[in-house]
Amino acid sequence: MIELSDVHKAFGNNRVLQGVNLTIASGTSMVIIGGSGTGKSVALKCILGLIRPDSGSITLDGLDVTKGDRDAFLARFGMLFQGGALFDSLPVWQNVAFRLLRGSLKRPMAEAREIAIEKLRRVGLKPDVADKFPAELSGGMQKRVGLARAIAAEPEIIFFDEPTTGLDPIMAGVINDLIREIVVEMGATAMTITHDMTSVRAIADNVAMLHDGVIKWTGPVDEMDASGDPYLDQFIHGRADGPIEAVR
Amino acid sequence: MTFFLGFLAGIGRYVLTALAAVGRIAIFASDTVSHLARPPFYAREFLHALIQIGWLSLPVVGMTALFTGGALALQIYAGGARFNAETVVPSIVAIGLTRELGPVLGGLMVAARVASSIAAEIGTMKVTEQIDALTTLSTNPMKYLTLPRVLAATLAVPVLVGVGDAIGIMGGFLVGVGRLDFGAATYLHNTIDFLETWDVLSGLIKGAVFGFIVALMGCYHGMNSGRGAQGVGRATKSAVVAASVLILASNYLLTELFFSA
Repeated sequence: MIELSDVHKAFGNNRVLQGVNLTIASGTSMVIIGGSGTGKSVALKCILGLIRPDSGSITLDGLDVTKGDRDAFLARFGMLFQGGALFDSLPVWQNVAFRLLRGSLKRPMAEAREIAIEKLRRVGLKPDVADKFPAELSGGMQKRVGLARAIAAEPEIIFFDEPTTGLDPIMAGVINDLIREIVVEMGATAMTITHDMTSVRAIADNVAMLHDGVIKWTGPVDEMDASGDPYLDQFIHGRADGPIEAVR
Repeated sequence: MTFFLGFLAGIGRYVLTALAAVGRIAIFASDTVSHLARPPFYAREFLHALIQIGWLSLPVVGMTALFTGGALALQIYAGGARFNAETVVPSIVAIGLTRELGPVLGGLMVAARVASSIAAEIGTMKVTEQIDALTTLSTNPMKYLTLPRVLAATLAVPVLVGVGDAIGIMGGFLVGVGRLDFGAATYLHNTIDFLETWDVLSGLIKGAVFGFIVALMGCYHGMNSGRGAQGVGRATKSAVVAASVLILASNYLLTELFFSA
């Protein structure tokens, strides 16, 4: 279980997180929604320790994420970045098998390559993609490679940062379905940040709405439409009028 | 009075900013060096950096040395003629190149080629979240990106300087024999007779220091790159400027240390 308690983070005068409280139960898929610049990515990076919060606590299974063996902690996570964040200098299969080629999870090169090709197949890519470089792939293919990399070491927890941004609706649907299938199949805990409502309905067990640095509403995805929360209502219906200012 | 206080405050702010930057670079450097004693080590990244920084810089360093050696021979001949001392050309070319021009010009050429490329590569990795991705894949970016490049540059630049010295002396030899009517044997004899081991060694030590500076500035500015194309561009420019200025400043300090009476 991941638990954020009263997490604050500011960049200079810009107070991004102002007391975030959120619980993500093991084996569930939580989607955090909110407008651009509301701190969704910052919250996610705080959990991973990429950004240190100013105050508050973040625990994973009751243990403070900032303490203990960092490598062992990160080995439990997989992450799909917004732009893919594939390493340009490495061929696709080495991107996917990156974690399996070094560190505590190191495997022989032939085995790592085999696993990479299997994961590529899992996300709908043919084996001939394995020896290409990321720059030779389309945006959708790069996202799939990023997804294959996120699941390569079979992590317990997977984070998805804006998984459908920049994709056409069909490819976005493919990625959403893949994410849902993989999370269910692996029994992983998933946390996704997005402002794509189609993704939310396809991926989420639970939803949390982040606005003004705090969680405005959280609950099961089935209850989202009847929440009665004015912030959530305005966001999911994409209305310009409401408590969320259109000009931010 | 208010203007004067504002002026002083401005100077104070500038000095504090400069000191803070020096502090950050010192911490970055010590962090980099400390990884030498802490496994894992990424041999493949080190070898790749060695080829990129050492082998691929050879043409530009070699050409610089060749033309500098030739020009130096012409200048010393013209200057020496004022005192009827034309015969000093071979020895002054050799000493000038090995002690000063070889390491400094080699270092500056490597700074232009390598510091910019490292800063642009790492800066782009930063803005496209590849550095964050490395961290989430349990790989320390300082260990994976910075240490191999700094180590490779520290070891490769002295070799480049050594090769550059030889090519520069050859440039002087070609001009001396071809244009200034020196005998080939006499030119070589004068070069070898007057050149001391320390002349060469001091240049190689300078090369190692300059290599360290070049890669460190490239990595530091890349890792601290701002967002977007403008941020990466600024990081690249800062890396080259900082590396060049630090090479010239450290060259003076090393020359004081090695050769002051």
